[in-house]
Amino acid sequence: MGVRRWIGSWPVYRQATGSDPLGRGAAAKSAGSERLTARVSTADRVVKSVCPYCAVGCGQNVYVQDGKVTQIEGDPDSPVSRGRLCPKGSASLQLTTGPARERKVLYRRPHGTEWEPLDLDEAMDMIADRVIAARREGWQWEDDGVRVRRTLGLASLGGATLDNEENYLIKKLFTALGAVQIENQARI
Amino acid sequence: MAECHPVGFQWVMEAKARGAKLIHVDPRFTRTSAVADVHVPLRAGSDIAFLGGIINHVLKNQKYFRDYVVAYTNAPMILSEEFRDTEDLDGVFSGLHPDSRSYDPSTWQYAGLEVQSAAGERDEEYEDRVEAVAEAGRGEAHGSGGADIGEGEPERDLTLEHPRCVFQVLKRHFARYTPEMVERICGVPPALFQQVCDLVSENSGRDRTTAFAYAVGWTQHTVGVQYIRAASILQTLLGNIGRPGGGILALRGHASIQGSTDIPTLFNLLPGYIPMPHAHTNENLDAFIEAEAAHKGFWGDMRSYFVSLLKSYWGDAATADNDFRFDYLPRLTGTHSTYETAMAQIDGVCKGYFLLGENPAVGSANAKIQRLGMANLDWLVVRDFSLIESATWWQDGPEVETGETRPEDIGTEVFFLPAAAHTEKDGSFTNTQRMLQWHSQAVEPAGDIRSDLWFTYHLGRIIREKLAGSEDEMDRPLLDLTWDYPTHGDLAEPDAEAVLAEINGRDAEGRPISAYTQLKPDGSTSCGCWIYAGVYADGVNQAARRKPGRDQSWVAPEWGWAWPANRRVLYNRASADPDGRPWSERKALIWWDAEQGRWTGHDVPDFVADRPPDYRPPPGARGPDALAGDDPFIMQADGKAWLHVPAGLVDGPLPAHYEPQESPFTNPLYGQQRNPVRHLLKPHPDDRSAPSGADPGSEVFPYVATTYRLTEHHTAGGMSRWQPYLAELQPEFFCEVSPGLADERGLEHGGWATIVSARGVIEARVMVTARMAPLTVDGRTLHQVGLPYHWGPNGLSTGDAANELLHLVLDPNTHIQEAKALACDIRPGRRPRGPDALALLRAYRERAGITDRTGTRM
Repeated sequence: MGVRRWIGSWPVYRQATGSDPLGRGAAAKSAGSERLTARVSTADRVVKSVCPYCAVGCGQNVYVQDGKVTQIEGDPDSPVSRGRLCPKGSASLQLTTGPARERKVLYRRPHGTEWEPLDLDEAMDMIADRVIAARREGWQWEDDGVRVRRTLGLASLGGATLDNEENYLIKKLFTALGAVQIENQARI
Repeated sequence: MAECHPVGFQWVMEAKARGAKLIHVDPRFTRTSAVADVHVPLRAGSDIAFLGGIINHVLKNQKYFRDYVVAYTNAPMILSEEFRDTEDLDGVFSGLHPDSRSYDPSTWQYAGLEVQSAAGERDEEYEDRVEAVAEAGRGEAHGSGGADIGEGEPERDLTLEHPRCVFQVLKRHFARYTPEMVERICGVPPALFQQVCDLVSENSGRDRTTAFAYAVGWTQHTVGVQYIRAASILQTLLGNIGRPGGGILALRGHASIQGSTDIPTLFNLLPGYIPMPHAHTNENLDAFIEAEAAHKGFWGDMRSYFVSLLKSYWGDAATADNDFRFDYLPRLTGTHSTYETAMAQIDGVCKGYFLLGENPAVGSANAKIQRLGMANLDWLVVRDFSLIESATWWQDGPEVETGETRPEDIGTEVFFLPAAAHTEKDGSFTNTQRMLQWHSQAVEPAGDIRSDLWFTYHLGRIIREKLAGSEDEMDRPLLDLTWDYPTHGDLAEPDAEAVLAEINGRDAEGRPISAYTQLKPDGSTSCGCWIYAGVYADGVNQAARRKPGRDQSWVAPEWGWAWPANRRVLYNRASADPDGRPWSERKALIWWDAEQGRWTGHDVPDFVADRPPDYRPPPGARGPDALAGDDPFIMQADGKAWLHVPAGLVDGPLPAHYEPQESPFTNPLYGQQRNPVRHLLKPHPDDRSAPSGADPGSEVFPYVATTYRLTEHHTAGGMSRWQPYLAELQPEFFCEVSPGLADERGLEHGGWATIVSARGVIEARVMVTARMAPLTVDGRTLHQVGLPYHWGPNGLSTGDAANELLHLVLDPNTHIQEAKALACDIRPGRRPRGPDALALLRAYRERAGITDRTGTRM
């Protein structure tokens, strides 16, 4: 390293002689910080998304690298949000990738005191059996002599972060099952 | 709004920067109040009196937009001679049946004809209507020729002078909502109230519009719907509906809560606000449509929407010969709302329960009732991101702590299935502006994590496989169901766009339709949700459109897709005068282009595109054909905005101030204390009410508690209490109290408080703050206790659930709980643990003399 370059590596020298007299930009950069790049600049893909919290519907850009979500930011293109996110929306990276996410099915048997592991396919099969049984047990062809063709044996309560497509299939399936106690946060 | 919809609030600040005045009406001082021109603290539960006072001001001082009111509202309609108002009957309307605690709405009608409401629970009135029609000598009504319900033109007085016209009824009804009464009921001083009246009325008319924004602070009451109705009356009188910068904006609190109502997972609705049928003798499709479909306006085409839905559900199995499988739909016999379901679980009727991204163990009113219901199930499926309280109550819930139960005693089998996040699946959310926005899958979910689309599709597939070949009639709707969605990837994820295409609908050739006007009543078209028709027009996912806002007009019609037909302002025909010209250039939105013979403008016209303003329908016209060129409210049975609601509401045609179920005050306005037809569930020992007003024992619960949200958390916390950033910002449950209340009860800032209602006892950190202003109500000081309700024992940010305190007395129209105003006591220190907590509750109930009858008087 020549003397000129060595002196030039001093932040205070650059601050005094360069274009950054307040020392908040180029003058403060070290070789280390020079090498830093934003996560978003190296992403493989940017996927267009929508914030899952309130109903304002702020646009989100989801940055993906090596098959993982690395950052979620506000989408400046959105005429709704113009790139802004609130504290919750800004925390959606933690929501979606944080350690609080459960990744495995858990099972609590009747009168059990602890969770147990359960295979997903087995869980689906068990749930299907229980739906069929509860539906039959709670079945009514008539109520007070009037045809009702329904079951009161099972119910569902959905959150309002369900997609429209999910709600559509839920209503369709449960209606075909004859269940009427199908509800949503939208009531609450 | 700044607190709970912060990014949406940027537009309010934009408006403020351009000179708009901002009024914030809220018991607490929030981030919104901090930047508002005027903050009006008022007593929780008193908004009808407040809005009624403004309505009275507008009527008394001729501040209404007369041309708009005469042309576009039902102000000129003459009401039936039988109608009696709250003025005549000391706080109730005509038609009240004390025995059944319900109204017969027939006297609320226009003179000489019957009108149905645009949406809601019309079918519940079916028997009444058939009966009423029979009495009117139209015996053919039921199934054999069709009832001419609402046929003919209502009598009108365009001078608005007729003593029985809606306008005059309105004037008399609201005359007692004086500034003095507003002060007595709401605790709002007359000078402050006058300022609000002046700001609102001066900013309305031809050249200016005022918008109201509200959230569940208005809906979560035993008179919630009537709160919104009061705002509707005011905004309609001021000419602020269907115009840019106007409206009543429901600020909805969840990413797709609007979508969850449009494509409902709600007991009383089918997609597109078609009612679920109630059980009636010998009812068929024709009779249902006859009873349901309004004869005028776009609900007149309900058969097309409904038959197309049945075709989407049952495909080729639905034919004209079998009534398109109308019989496959299960029937209602009353309400089956989520709170009644919890009671049905306690009763052992409902044995299996799915929770799909919902946390009722802390998130629903009277959380204990919810947990008692779940503890009595055979099985429970919880699908969520983390181990929320609704998944773990059997292990460590409050009833385990108090010793009321032990895990070993609870027989409920619990399945916890991890759910996919929005980044892990394709799908659409409908935002608070009715706009669908598609979110694309970014990554595959890990481990056993799956979308609810995957779960529902595969659950249905497995059940259908297990029942395949069944000869049981009960299984026909399942086996005939169209359930063949394409899947992709290793996880066999169903194609969400294929579901969207089914929702959009198809024509006889299977091509995507582009508008609901293309739907047919004969079964040749299918459509999963008629109001969403067009979202997949031309086979293109319109919800995924992302043309940057800066590259298009201020309406931004090419970002996402809004129902219906990509219209951004509903009823925007009202933005032009009866002749089709904008009321003012400044407020132009759409207008009639005589040369082109079409409506045009900045937004998609919410009107028949080529119907001229001077069009008058021929006698006998039905459905959309019956709309005149100056009938802007195209979903209403008379094409007009309703100041007085002739049918469709169960608790009165006009809003009236009633006290909340629990109130420290006697209703100063009427002899009737509470909403006479509020929805009371059957009594339960854990769902008692506190005494109100002058009743003995009411002094035991002297304060009003109200629940709300904070910016840094979301609803009951399932999506926020596990996030370190958010937990750091709001680490634990707290209550907000005024310095005056702190003095009165010995509460210390940063210390603990115990809050008690007739249902529950909780503890919270104390925030002593001037933000909770004490009010002078009916001559005495009232303290209110603010309770953010985000908490539960699980996650990183923890605390008791405010919902432990709530009761289950509901709005009778919507069956929504009264979370926003209840009676409580507050005392210093932590709450007792174990059985002592129950003992404290018992002592309070005894002291207040609470029984199963308390608060149940009509």
